[in-house]
Amino acid sequence: MTRTRLLGLLLASTVLGTAASAQEVTLTIESWRNDDLTIWQEKLIPAFEAANPGIKVQFTPSAPAEYNAALNSKLDAGSAGDLITCRPFDASLALYDKGQLADLTSLAAMANFSDVAKSAWQTDDGAATFCVPMASVIHGFIYNKDAFDALGIAVPTTNEEFYAALDKIKADGTYIPMAMGTNDQWEAATMGYNNIGPNYWKGEEGRLALIKGEQKLTDEAWVAPFRELAKWKDYLGDGFEAQTYPDSQNLFTLGRAAIYPAGSWEISGFNTQAQFKMGAFPPPVPNAGDECYISDHTDIGLGMNAKSANPDEAKTFLEWVGSPEFATLYANALPGFFSLNSTPVTMEDPLAQEFVSWREKCKPTIRSTYQILSRGTPNLENETWNASANVIKGTETPEDAGKRLQDGLASWYEPQKAK
Amino acid sequence: MAQRSRLHIAVFLAPAVLVYTAVMIWPLFNTLRLSLYTGGESGPVFSGLSNFHTLFGDPRWSASFWNALGNNFWFFFIHMVVQNPIGVALAAILSHPRLRFAALYRSAFFIPTILSFVIVGFAWKLILSPIWGIAPSMLDAAGLKSLFAPWLGKEEYALTTLALISVWQFVGIPMMLIYAALLSIPEEVLEAGEIDGLTGWAAFWKIKLPLILPSIGIISILTFVGNFNAFDLIYAAQGALAGPNFSTDILGTFLYRTFFGFQLQLGDPYMGSAIATAMFLIILTGVCIYLFLIQTRMRRYQF
Repeated sequence: MTRTRLLGLLLASTVLGTAASAQEVTLTIESWRNDDLTIWQEKLIPAFEAANPGIKVQFTPSAPAEYNAALNSKLDAGSAGDLITCRPFDASLALYDKGQLADLTSLAAMANFSDVAKSAWQTDDGAATFCVPMASVIHGFIYNKDAFDALGIAVPTTNEEFYAALDKIKADGTYIPMAMGTNDQWEAATMGYNNIGPNYWKGEEGRLALIKGEQKLTDEAWVAPFRELAKWKDYLGDGFEAQTYPDSQNLFTLGRAAIYPAGSWEISGFNTQAQFKMGAFPPPVPNAGDECYISDHTDIGLGMNAKSANPDEAKTFLEWVGSPEFATLYANALPGFFSLNSTPVTMEDPLAQEFVSWREKCKPTIRSTYQILSRGTPNLENETWNASANVIKGTETPEDAGKRLQDGLASWYEPQKAK
Repeated sequence: MAQRSRLHIAVFLAPAVLVYTAVMIWPLFNTLRLSLYTGGESGPVFSGLSNFHTLFGDPRWSASFWNALGNNFWFFFIHMVVQNPIGVALAAILSHPRLRFAALYRSAFFIPTILSFVIVGFAWKLILSPIWGIAPSMLDAAGLKSLFAPWLGKEEYALTTLALISVWQFVGIPMMLIYAALLSIPEEVLEAGEIDGLTGWAAFWKIKLPLILPSIGIISILTFVGNFNAFDLIYAAQGALAGPNFSTDILGTFLYRTFFGFQLQLGDPYMGSAIATAMFLIILTGVCIYLFLIQTRMRRYQF
């Protein structure tokens, strides 16, 4: 009997403990951006808490590769935080469909975002929006300006100039021409295939045609980027097969590599690490005078756990995240995460300005594999990681890779099924 | 009186039985049950063996499964051919009466076993890293840089490399078990052999090895179960995608990817359970073969 009573007491104390802390509401944010922990803790959260006394916010990120799995388990178990950082498109859509993300269409701050910005976190018909868009990332190449100056290389704009520059760096031998490895696989797809690809499949035009089933991954426009990736092999460092993502980052910031195929999210990290001047250029076009396309990928949003115990406070926070004030704070605290807010944001970082300036001259698109096409099994995004890494290593030909991806997609995606 | 004594047996067994049921038996049977369902619009739907049909019938799923199973057998094979002979050799050397610092060596060989997989995976990844690693720079210093390859990045070598890392980590266990078995061999048996003319190598092959065979059997089955449940080392060193090109994908990582999902791939607990069930049956078969075919035929010696 005493045992039972003790157990009862213990249970009661946990319940009471929760009740006591409820007077001051604490919101918890789930995120994969563990690199941003200090920025949230030191800049963003204090700004919100100062304006909203009574609401405390905790930022509790997990490792990027584990985030989706961890989040899904937590949501299923009912232990997830109040606010959920949203991956774009299907990963979040699935959570909304399961009733785990709340409908935020009625949020006043939604008026601050264009339809394109919201499209990553809407139902297919656009009727419901379930995450507040936070930022997009732009792909391109970051280069070591000191190295380029020392070797007398001009910033390449066409493929020809790009390979000429790489050859020159390789011949000189001081620098590894390009810092990328295939160990973690995703760089090959994200910073390789989806970085240079839009120039070949003409951005949105090709991406939408693929979704409609009018183009195939075996078409020249989709195989050509693989053909370019296959040429990269000779310019990567010794043993790139076992080189990890942090290895590549370090090689570049230590000044041992000249060019880094990048996403703009690297900017803040590189700014603190690198001791040399950096510049950036958009993916080179196949022929001089071609229209250029860039991947300007809606990457990160913030939604609300439908089972949150504090929905009103969470909505207050989301309204703030949708405000121009947050956009300015965030874009400057994290140069390289470009605000999706319709209000123009002034950024101070020169590298971030360089990236965002491409929006003026090049046509933006998003990563080809993210919308709809990664809904089935095999998953096109994950397959593209593997195929891109194989092509760079030379263990699969560009044509075979294209064919394998097409076969995989056609096995479950109705518009692509053999006609 | 008899009834009371039986009751207290139940009471004493209860904590262990309850805890074991709650954390082992119930989840096991629930996993087996879950593998017979598929996710529908409104929760799980009973679908019989359709998950297994997909797993073995669909060309993509079955290719992944057989690839993982094949890799798992290779992983196990490397353990058997490397770990056991080294374990026996180390134990034989350690049990040599004239060896100095035996206790020191014993601890040194055993230490990796108590390290976490994450530390082992990370440390070896750094040692073998073509950029910062000790291995390439050491080879370079000896002028043998050309012999170095990115071992963890090549499809041909990655799995073998990881298996050898795992052997390095766990060789302490067979060493200790065989060491204990060697120490328990009575001096009289060896002396009797000596009188009959068996010394040195002959004594090892004809007397010691037969006497430690049961220990080697136990080690083999422990290794089998451990290897077919392995996951941590591959995940720590190569990530859930078990690169390069799935060449290090074993059943554990395949299960993880399927059950929990990966990047844009959403998790499928039902398909995952089907894989877990297949793993359970493979291990069960292996253990049964050992118990009923091998262990019953093993000769036992009474001293």
